[in-house]
Amino acid sequence: MGTGTGIGRVRGLGSVRHGAGHWLTHRYTSVSNLLLVLWLIFSLVSLPGLDYESVRNWIANPLVAVPLMLMLVSVFWHLRLGMQVMLEDYVHDKGLNFFAILLLNFYTIAGAAAGIFAIAKIALTGVVK
Amino acid sequence: MARTTSRPLSPHLTIWKWGPHMAISILHRVTGNGLATVGVMGVVWWLMAAAIGPEAYASFIHCATSPLGYLVMVGISWFFFQHMMSGIRHWVLDLGAGYELNTNKRWALVIPFLSTLATVALWAFIFAGKF
Repeated sequence: MGTGTGIGRVRGLGSVRHGAGHWLTHRYTSVSNLLLVLWLIFSLVSLPGLDYESVRNWIANPLVAVPLMLMLVSVFWHLRLGMQVMLEDYVHDKGLNFFAILLLNFYTIAGAAAGIFAIAKIALTGVVK
Repeated sequence: MARTTSRPLSPHLTIWKWGPHMAISILHRVTGNGLATVGVMGVVWWLMAAAIGPEAYASFIHCATSPLGYLVMVGISWFFFQHMMSGIRHWVLDLGAGYELNTNKRWALVIPFLSTLATVALWAFIFAGKF
């Protein structure tokens, strides 16, 4: 750490006025996760079966596709924040930490995109005849 | 800063006696990261398989209903209930409540019991109701 200006001493050391935002968003997404994942579990166990046609027809309903997409956004957002904290705690090497968080960002965006695209495809191509 | 090496280092994990509050804390992190990797990838795989077609879905079902598949699904469901209930405990702690030693210890012990009960109830319902 240098002995230069105030900004020079703190630069690169972590959050500047957005640490609370990270923490709060983690809590907000925990509320939406609780609602949406419990909804998914209750829905899955009350479906007549989990075979291809039942699942396709279920996801094709807009009242299912939308909450399912919201669930993926909420879950991936929440895990992105949580895993960042875990990496910051355990990966001490600065370069390695940067690389790990880069991979985490790729994982989050790619995973959420794959899941949301899958739901959209099913929802927009309609039920199985 | 000069430090006298004969003095104990604190705070440091190794000098503290393990308690339920520490176990549930690390369990929250373990279950969270397990869900974030294995659990979430399982759900995305399921959705992708359903979107790709009947053959892809059949191979997903083949893997998911294998002995290993059931082990992972039961494990992930316990991870979910444990993380969910431990997360609700965190909401209470975030409000500044539940830090009294006895209260804190009681909930740290009750939550793994409740999450196990929820997991058993879920799978009992699935097997009794469907198969």
